[in-house]
Amino acid sequence: MKTIAATMSGTVLQVLVQPGDRVESGQDVVILESMKMEVPVQATVGGTVKEVKVEVGAFVGDGDPLIELED
Amino acid sequence: MEEKTQKILQERMEQVKKGGSPKYHERLKEQNKLFVRRRLELLFDDGIELEDGLFANVMAGDLPADGVVTGIGKIGGQTVCVMANDSTVKAGSWGARTVEKIIRIQETAERLRVPLVYLVDSAGARITDQIEMFPGRRGAGRIFYNQVKLSGVIPQVCILFGPSAAGGAYIPAFCDIVIMVDKNASMYLGSPRMAEMVIGEKVSLEEMGGARMHCTISGCGDYLASSEEEAIATARRYLSYFPANYQLKPPRAEAKGPNPSARPLAEIVPDNQNIPFDMMEVIDSLVDEGSFFEIKKLFAGELITGLARLDGHPIGIIANQSKVKGGVLFVDSADKAARFITLCDAFNIPLLFLADVPGFMIGTHVERAGIIRHGAKMIAAMSEATVPKISVVIRKAYGAGLYAMAGPAFEPDCCLALPTAQIAVMGPEAAVNAVYGNKIASLEGKEKIEFVQQKRKEYQEDIDIYRLASELIIDGIIQPNELRDELITRFAHYSSKQMTFSQRKHPVYPV
Repeated sequence: MKTIAATMSGTVLQVLVQPGDRVESGQDVVILESMKMEVPVQATVGGTVKEVKVEVGAFVGDGDPLIELED
Repeated sequence: MEEKTQKILQERMEQVKKGGSPKYHERLKEQNKLFVRRRLELLFDDGIELEDGLFANVMAGDLPADGVVTGIGKIGGQTVCVMANDSTVKAGSWGARTVEKIIRIQETAERLRVPLVYLVDSAGARITDQIEMFPGRRGAGRIFYNQVKLSGVIPQVCILFGPSAAGGAYIPAFCDIVIMVDKNASMYLGSPRMAEMVIGEKVSLEEMGGARMHCTISGCGDYLASSEEEAIATARRYLSYFPANYQLKPPRAEAKGPNPSARPLAEIVPDNQNIPFDMMEVIDSLVDEGSFFEIKKLFAGELITGLARLDGHPIGIIANQSKVKGGVLFVDSADKAARFITLCDAFNIPLLFLADVPGFMIGTHVERAGIIRHGAKMIAAMSEATVPKISVVIRKAYGAGLYAMAGPAFEPDCCLALPTAQIAVMGPEAAVNAVYGNKIASLEGKEKIEFVQQKRKEYQEDIDIYRLASELIIDGIIQPNELRDELITRFAHYSSKQMTFSQRKHPVYPV
């Protein structure tokens, strides 16, 4: 199991993937809004989306899990 | 003199220059490492030209040069001193004469006022020799004392080829730049074996103190090289931006135009303040083609730091990268900036700030990490810098972000802005909420939306860039595609700048 975590604290603006999607390392998966900036969060590894752990509008802290991947 | 006597000297010199026993040379090959004398051939224009203490500890028989080569050669035509561990001799460990040789080459570099390069590959102290090499006046501690004393006087460069363990880890820590060879270089106070014994932690060497960890997470490494050859070439390139010492100006190289395939600045910077763009493209469009040398590329990517050339003259660039974490300043990025600014200021390299910053990060996470005291370091270093410094607001500079990026109050030689730039305590959305929060809460529906839009519009007009120019807050509004020429002209005129920040002993550093 691999986890994609928030790179900084902020609010979830968009979730760009859903369970079952195949993602590549470096691909944008979530866009956060923080400090009035749009902050894309990229997959650090490739895999298939198993679970999206956040909803649009939710606050996430730095390092909180956003997406879980499986091989 | 008898021929035999001369032959003995010849043979003994050749023997010492072979380093340790063949089995250790084999091990080097297995690890993709080069022998110390090969490293020196690659480092210098014409190899090491003079060497002292070749016969150090020769009476011991099995410790050629006592495991370290010290001497002088040339890099880019400039005299440079070197100390280089030989890991084929007792794993490059330090005995009494090893330490004495290192101290002496530091003293030589200080007298000659020339750069000193440390090629580090050492297991640390020889514990069996500790009384001779560890605690005394000219014990290993003196190496670090000398490094601190030399800091900002001459450039000190470290290339880490293998381990630098325990006390030895402070050699890289006190250098201006640390270039690490991926997979082989490591730095740690306690080895994984010791960590398991003393605190019960089970961890690999790479996780504990590997090159990649230090270049991405701890910030102890500045450049991750994929091979020894690349690491050495990088050190040579780095020194090409620097004068031999703090009393000289950095050397000018041949002037070049910017990358011809770079997009025009006006196309790169979006009008929308909230969308990320790539600041590297801005740098590419401004500096001499191929001249950008990024430092700490893999660490705190929300802030870019690097050396470059403008019309052949070295400059240091500090730029916010909105592509990473929105370009917001964090604990690590503030540290990264403070360190880079002091590096450039120490060696008379002018500073260019390219601001596109929403401010310092807020929230419990960063407050607990001490964002205020870390941010203070950046502001202190930037304030104290007396080299020519130019601040350009590329898109926005909000809050203390304006201050940290050499805003008008911090004596930049000028503060310029592109026509779309915004300077304010905060952006329009946040400001309208802050001022009219109660009023907005009392409204509903269409009325609420119209009120917010109206107030945001008024706010935008209030911080209009022409208003800031009219109030003499900024010194000029520049056409994006004329920015490079403007910077070249200004840096040329500012080059005679002479300024002493203060006569005091030193500030009480915010750390």
